[in-house]
Amino acid sequence: MFDTALTANDLVFLAKGAGMTLLVTASSVFFGTILGILFGVIRYQIGPWWATPMTLVLDVFRSIPLLIQLVLANAFITTVLGLRISGFAVACGVLSLYTAAYCAEIVRGGIEAVPQTLRRAARSLGMTWGQDMTYVVLPLATRVALPSWIGLALGVMKDSALVYIVQVVELLKSTQILITRLQEPLFLLMICGLFYFLISFPIARFGGYLEKRWSND
Amino acid sequence: MIEIENVRKSFGPLEVLKGINLTVAKGEVLTVIGGSGSGKSTLLTCINGLEPIDSGRILVDGVEVHAKTTDLNKLRRKIGIVFQQWNAFPHLTVLENVMLAQVKVLKRSKADAEAEAVKQLNHVGLGEKLKVYPSRLSGGQQQRMAIARALAMSPDYMLFDEVTSALDPQLVGEVLDTLRMLASEGMTMICVTHEMKFAREVSDRVAFFHKGVMAEIAAPDQLFGAPKDPELQKFLAATH
Amino acid sequence: MFNYNFRWNQALSSLPQMLEGALVTIEIAVLSMAIGITVAILLTLFRLSGSRPLSAIATTWVEIARNTPALFQIYMVHFGLGGFGIHLSPYLSLLIGIAFNNAGYLTENFRGALKAIPETQTRAARSLGMSPIQAFQNVILPQMLRISFLPMTNQMVWAILMTSLGAVVAMNTDLYGVTSELNARTFRTFELFAIAAVIFYVITKAITLSARLLAARLFRY
Repeated sequence: MFDTALTANDLVFLAKGAGMTLLVTASSVFFGTILGILFGVIRYQIGPWWATPMTLVLDVFRSIPLLIQLVLANAFITTVLGLRISGFAVACGVLSLYTAAYCAEIVRGGIEAVPQTLRRAARSLGMTWGQDMTYVVLPLATRVALPSWIGLALGVMKDSALVYIVQVVELLKSTQILITRLQEPLFLLMICGLFYFLISFPIARFGGYLEKRWSND
Repeated sequence: MIEIENVRKSFGPLEVLKGINLTVAKGEVLTVIGGSGSGKSTLLTCINGLEPIDSGRILVDGVEVHAKTTDLNKLRRKIGIVFQQWNAFPHLTVLENVMLAQVKVLKRSKADAEAEAVKQLNHVGLGEKLKVYPSRLSGGQQQRMAIARALAMSPDYMLFDEVTSALDPQLVGEVLDTLRMLASEGMTMICVTHEMKFAREVSDRVAFFHKGVMAEIAAPDQLFGAPKDPELQKFLAATH
Repeated sequence: MFNYNFRWNQALSSLPQMLEGALVTIEIAVLSMAIGITVAILLTLFRLSGSRPLSAIATTWVEIARNTPALFQIYMVHFGLGGFGIHLSPYLSLLIGIAFNNAGYLTENFRGALKAIPETQTRAARSLGMSPIQAFQNVILPQMLRISFLPMTNQMVWAILMTSLGAVVAMNTDLYGVTSELNARTFRTFELFAIAAVIFYVITKAITLSARLLAARLFRY
């Protein structure tokens, strides 16, 4: 059907790249979310005035190209600090912080969306701050935050394509390597694009569905 | 002259107009009263073609509104309509609101459009508010602006769809005064309204709609004084 | 551990070149936004037209733009078209790639904005005798753009950041490309990219700030 020089080995090569994409994405989203929740809660607790330095720092992550963040982090750690570190670690480190920066905002927004009246009711019933957080704030804040978080996670997957710059061979880079060798750019790019699309599209739709469903409550 | 012949209309399974026959002569002021869901507002939106009809005809000066060959945009220049929600264009000043359609639809020059706009805005008592944005006006003022906006198109007919229903009570009077003034100037008007006193004072005829049927139509003294239709009697008893 | 000799002077001497690169970056971002907004308005009209094929085109564009990496999109323009024998310059590939991405996201922003405009606005305009296009152009579009102003500003910031992706098409006249070339020659990676980072930060902050000022002046109602 398709007249292509693509071999089974090549497909395995691409699959490895795809696996790397997913690995980088999952790790970064995992660590970034934990950090983001932490930052978000702290920022909410200490109020906008005190949190300004934190906000400024997080804002920096959103105002500089991710590519430069990766290059800078890599250069800093390897040449300035003189440490030996894998590109994968740099990639995950930077992406985690990047995720945390956005996640903190999402978490803060989620917590703020929980009406004060509910929380006061919980505390009046004798619940501790921890219990209030766990049983009242957490479920409600999650409803508000989850659709945005899904969008963020998908965004990280798309941004993972940039980690080639620190020698991590993910899907897009693998595709490019094959293109250089096989000279079938369109076909290979279609496969690559399809991978991203088939993962992102259904999840994004699902996120939209959740958003609609929970906003009516 | 507006001629409504045997008009039927349904929204899905619900029939809202069940064979309406009505003629409105030039210069006549017709008020339409009735409970909600009686079909009165729907009738107005059918007259200017915003809503399609299922059967029957509506003719405005001999032109069939719902014929495929009718240029609706052209027809709408003759028919001004003001809704319950004044629908001010928020991004334009009061003056610009009234000028926009004149320039774009009637192709008047900016100078002519402005002159006409100023005239109509003065007419409705908004002469001081020309350069203001609608968000700064009260509901009553915005509604009067909507009336001026429709009048600036020099229509032959004006339709008013419960134009005071969304207003705070103290603002209703100023809008009704504007309507009274228009009536006295000889404008052909169809007003759907809940304001019975106004209807009685201003109309040449009053029509009572009930569940999609025009149950009675008569001069105000007769309709209010000696209502024949039992539903109308119930309605008047409830609203007095 | 800190055996590194920071050579800031050497890096700073390249500042003029980097600033020239910054101008190219801004130029690409502005052009890509102009194209993106125009296309987004067109795609919005497609969606409003009620025609199924036109709606499908709009939806396809939006979903591809939002569900694949921007880097992939730039790749597609440069290498994908190359497969058809169309060889674009790095500048053009980057510009078209970013514009494609912009158009997709902006169309989605416009859709949200339209939902905030009551349907009665169109009804009022049509009742005054305006044609559908006149109603859209004079009543709906201005409001849609005003509501979308903040998202459009964010997209502009994205466009600035996306210019760095020109790296994969050997783009060497924008800020990232210039920095990259200087790095290849002098190996002062940290200093050079740190300066580039600062320039990017200043540009994005300037855009966000001026947008806020502009909004305050334009949308006084």
